[in-house]
Amino acid sequence: MTTAEIQATSPLFRMEGVSKRYGGVRALENAKLDVEAGHIHAILGENGAGKSTLIKIMAGVVAADEGRMLLDGREITFRSPAAAAAAGIACVFQELSLIPDLSVADNIAIADPPRRFGLIDRRAQRAIAEEALARAGAEDIHPRAAVKDLPLSRRQMVEIAKALASKPRILILDEATSALTAGDVAKVFAVLKRLRSEGLALLYISHRMHEIAELADTCTVFRNGRNVASFRAGTRSSSEVVEMMIGREYSNVFPPKPQRAAIAKPPRLECRNLGWGDRLRDISLSVAEGEVVGLGGLDGQGQRDLLLALFGVLRGTTGSVLIDGAPMAIASPAVARASRSAMALIPEDRKTEGLMLPMTVRENLSFAALDHVSRGGIIDRTAEGQLIDEMVRLLAIKTAGLDVPVGALSGGNQQKVVIAKWLMRKPRIVLLNDPTRGIDVGTKQEMYQLLRRLADVGAAILFYSTDYDELIGCCDRVLVLYDGRIVRELEGRDITEHALIASALNVDSGDREGTAA
Amino acid sequence: MSEWRYWLNEQRGTLMGLAIFLLMFAVYIANHPAGLTANVAQTAANKGVLFAFVAMAQTLVVITAGIDLSVGMIFILTNCLASWIVVGEPLPTALGVVAVLMAGMVCGAINGLLVIYGRLQPIVATIATGAVYFGLALLLRPFPGGSVNEDLADALTGRLFGVIPSSLVALAAAVLLVWLPFRRSRLGRAAYAAGSSEQAAFMSGVPIRRGKFAAYTLAGLLAAMGGLFLTFFTYTGEAAYASGSGYTLWSIAAVVLGGVSLYGGRGSAVGAIFGAFAARTTGDMLFVFDVDPLWQPLLQGVVLMIAVSIGSIALLRVRNRLDWFQ
Repeated sequence: MTTAEIQATSPLFRMEGVSKRYGGVRALENAKLDVEAGHIHAILGENGAGKSTLIKIMAGVVAADEGRMLLDGREITFRSPAAAAAAGIACVFQELSLIPDLSVADNIAIADPPRRFGLIDRRAQRAIAEEALARAGAEDIHPRAAVKDLPLSRRQMVEIAKALASKPRILILDEATSALTAGDVAKVFAVLKRLRSEGLALLYISHRMHEIAELADTCTVFRNGRNVASFRAGTRSSSEVVEMMIGREYSNVFPPKPQRAAIAKPPRLECRNLGWGDRLRDISLSVAEGEVVGLGGLDGQGQRDLLLALFGVLRGTTGSVLIDGAPMAIASPAVARASRSAMALIPEDRKTEGLMLPMTVRENLSFAALDHVSRGGIIDRTAEGQLIDEMVRLLAIKTAGLDVPVGALSGGNQQKVVIAKWLMRKPRIVLLNDPTRGIDVGTKQEMYQLLRRLADVGAAILFYSTDYDELIGCCDRVLVLYDGRIVRELEGRDITEHALIASALNVDSGDREGTAA
Repeated sequence: MSEWRYWLNEQRGTLMGLAIFLLMFAVYIANHPAGLTANVAQTAANKGVLFAFVAMAQTLVVITAGIDLSVGMIFILTNCLASWIVVGEPLPTALGVVAVLMAGMVCGAINGLLVIYGRLQPIVATIATGAVYFGLALLLRPFPGGSVNEDLADALTGRLFGVIPSSLVALAAAVLLVWLPFRRSRLGRAAYAAGSSEQAAFMSGVPIRRGKFAAYTLAGLLAAMGGLFLTFFTYTGEAAYASGSGYTLWSIAAVVLGGVSLYGGRGSAVGAIFGAFAARTTGDMLFVFDVDPLWQPLLQGVVLMIAVSIGSIALLRVRNRLDWFQ
């Protein structure tokens, strides 16, 4: 878009020359952005490109060091998120901003609960919550449910409903669909398109290119804290856009898969008739060494439970687990980690299950491997240091030093630390629970290559992902789960988007009950 | 899930506190030589109410993910203050009551300011202020003594209509006039939100500071109500250090028994009241079983351990072990 055009339309919101530094790190440098009413504006960039900082400044979470913001042509400054909300800017954060112990309705109305005689009017609040949930297309969520009892995908829908309840003029969605199921994404897209037609300005941040292609009117690409390009959606090809984002050529996202014949090895991990209440039913599978097996299907069909069951977290499972062909009772994660099975689980929620955020990179890395680097209970600092250096190099973890708290790293680098932590134990079986959620393209690419390298050196890999592209690109085989059962096994060339979606909805098995999902 | 299941889920901690109390109280009454008479109920109520006020105070702070180790000392300080000024004609007495309650609120507000604006850890801030409050109590009453308006004291520790302990009515009034409005107010919700996830609360534009300040201040008010009742109950003021510390520590046990999460964000002062009565009953139980006084502290600890364990029985049924850590 030309300068003349921008001046002619006079945007709803404008940001000029905004810079922000954290210590010595420049998070944002001289950023410009024009947001127009009735448009969906996509913001693209790798993690660490400055997108999060940009949003935080717009949402009043942090203040800019330099530059100015204009709303309706008037200069504005926000001292707090509440001030930004009052000005009509609502944000759906990637790091969920919901309060776990409060109910869905409490959360939706949290910014300004309806009051009668000075006290919160719970009936009015309930009505607001129901309306907001309906607007977001999430009527299935009960307003009285506690947020902490909801799965991640439902919480994300609540987050969207909460933003809508504040009746914003500008709605910012930061990776808002990263945990959503395909069905929810479709609903959210319909909502966003309706909001656009109602004249809202939407700022949409996502790593998923096809989402941006479907939604965006305008795109702005950020790299290293600067906006490198703004253009009308559809005027650049995906690979051109990705090249702008990473600043280098984008090819071979997924490493090549080996020939099937090459991996006809005996199974390393096997389970037979595994069951857990009504969440897992009669699951039998095997993963050979050197093989990457994907778990597909809609979110919440038992994939996560299956990984937890194999890792010894769940109690009361039925059926049997075999390691290298011999039965093994995995009673706890400690047993799963032990040398015979040498299992590692890369969790989905790195903040609570994978890392101790206030502790340093070094401490986090060495926890899982302390017994590998200690003699007689004393930690051998030299051996520890060597192992850690090796991992930081192998995974290209970007950190200012090993003694920096993990919480200070970007999301992609945090996830690398989680993975490094487990790789230090030299696992023979690796379970991954949607490990690339909310991670930028560059890091994802590194992660795919790492997975394949691990498999090549003999690990058996079981990989759950909500991203169909990943399953197609990374896996030798994919098992599709539906309602706690394996409903389909896809192999080699049969792993296509169409086959994955069809079997995830359980529509091609002849019976029609699955279509209700 | 239907509506009542959600309600049950919300009230689980409180109901567990009630169940533990009823169980212990039933054992106590069954073994009491006199059974459940109005007199026995009145005595149990009066002793329990002191605890209940302090536990309610503790609840407010614990909800914000803090802890108030000065709560027992505010209780003692207001007792000493009341033994000076809640005396004489009805009007001076009433003014005295108001002044005592205000003093409690000021103590709580100081705690709040230190924690919120001084950014001190609640545990350290309140150890320090607790020592100060006790020091003030000692200056007010170097020796036990003083007096209180006995008409008022007798009215509030006696019985209504011959059966209902009036201290329970006063406690119910505190629930209705302090706790419920707090819980239903925007500030109360801010206190819960701050305790549950301060970061998310900040992102959501919740008035975190005001919510926490209200919680600490009202905690001081409730502790002062307890201090008043201690005065009505004993007719004197006494700067008893052991008593203050004991109330502080037992108030923490009481909130846990009542289903209030020490991690913040979850629980109700009503649950803490049941927890306080249950904790109180552990002491009385030893009396009806005629236990050698030498054994009492040990056995009281054992009973408390059992009671707290009942509350965590639900964890045995957890089938996904990650739920243990929530």
